[in-house]
Amino acid sequence: MRQQLILRIAAKLFIPFILLFALYVQFHGDYGPGGGFQAGVIFAAAFVLYTLIWGVDEAKRVVSPNLLQVLAALGVLIYAGTGIAGIFLGGTFLDYGVLQHDPVHGQHLGILLVELGVGITVAAVMTSAFLCFAGRKRS
Amino acid sequence: MVELVDMVLLGFMAVVAVVVARLRNLFGVVLVSGFFSLLSASMFVVLDAVDVAFTEAAVGAGVATVIMLGTLLLTTSEEKKASGSSLGALLVVLVTGAILVYGTLDMPHYGDPDAPVHHHVAPRYTHDSPEEIGVPNIVTSVLASYRGYDTLGETTVIFTAGLGILLLIGSSFRSRGGRDGDR
Repeated sequence: MRQQLILRIAAKLFIPFILLFALYVQFHGDYGPGGGFQAGVIFAAAFVLYTLIWGVDEAKRVVSPNLLQVLAALGVLIYAGTGIAGIFLGGTFLDYGVLQHDPVHGQHLGILLVELGVGITVAAVMTSAFLCFAGRKRS
Repeated sequence: MVELVDMVLLGFMAVVAVVVARLRNLFGVVLVSGFFSLLSASMFVVLDAVDVAFTEAAVGAGVATVIMLGTLLLTTSEEKKASGSSLGALLVVLVTGAILVYGTLDMPHYGDPDAPVHHHVAPRYTHDSPEEIGVPNIVTSVLASYRGYDTLGETTVIFTAGLGILLLIGSSFRSRGGRDGDR
């Protein structure tokens, strides 16, 4: 669809705002509706739009498949790592209160890290799943 | 007013479901089921579950529709005529539906303060979350802190699903370049 001028320009206009909105949903999840899952799928939706307009090969040039695989694992590692950090700092698994001196601040930090992990995994898995399906050829 | 919105949305959803069942053109089916997802996202907004509505709109109406359209490129877009009578299937559907409706008769009304779900751990979460967690959005504090184990499990499920997709159909995904001709 790269020949379609209107689609291309509209996608160019929209994609930055979709990405920005995803980041807003990610980091504003403590205060309003949203969080890692929602931000991840919105982030992936921006890549889906990009792939629709410019094609799978061009999309793979933007985010390499290797990077997506690493990111998918990294998100789970950040989540579980936050839990294990709690053990090392004298608490229990996934106890965020010990991450900082003030338990409430620790909870804030823990939730931020955990949601970040969720967001990274969801965005990477959704994007790579879509690229897998879109890259298949009729046999 | 809310009842009217509910009825209109549910009516639309029923119509869309019938259309999906009747349509033979799969391209149309995919587009109409995307519309169904959008309607259920609006339904979630009416139920004050904005988080779920976000996800439904992005995944159900957006990404899933695109993936289904991609699938149609690999197969045909015309449904084959089913052979034999479908009376047995209709019977199964009717009986299952009747059982489900019978099951809802015992459920507490929507928003009932005496419902069991409001008497388990929910009062403790809503009461203690502002002091213990200090995050204004209680949904986030329950999801990420009180129920952190569950969410870790969910994230692992998503990771595992992605791993499965990569292992099953990821061969074209991992090989890069060299096929610039087929966009």
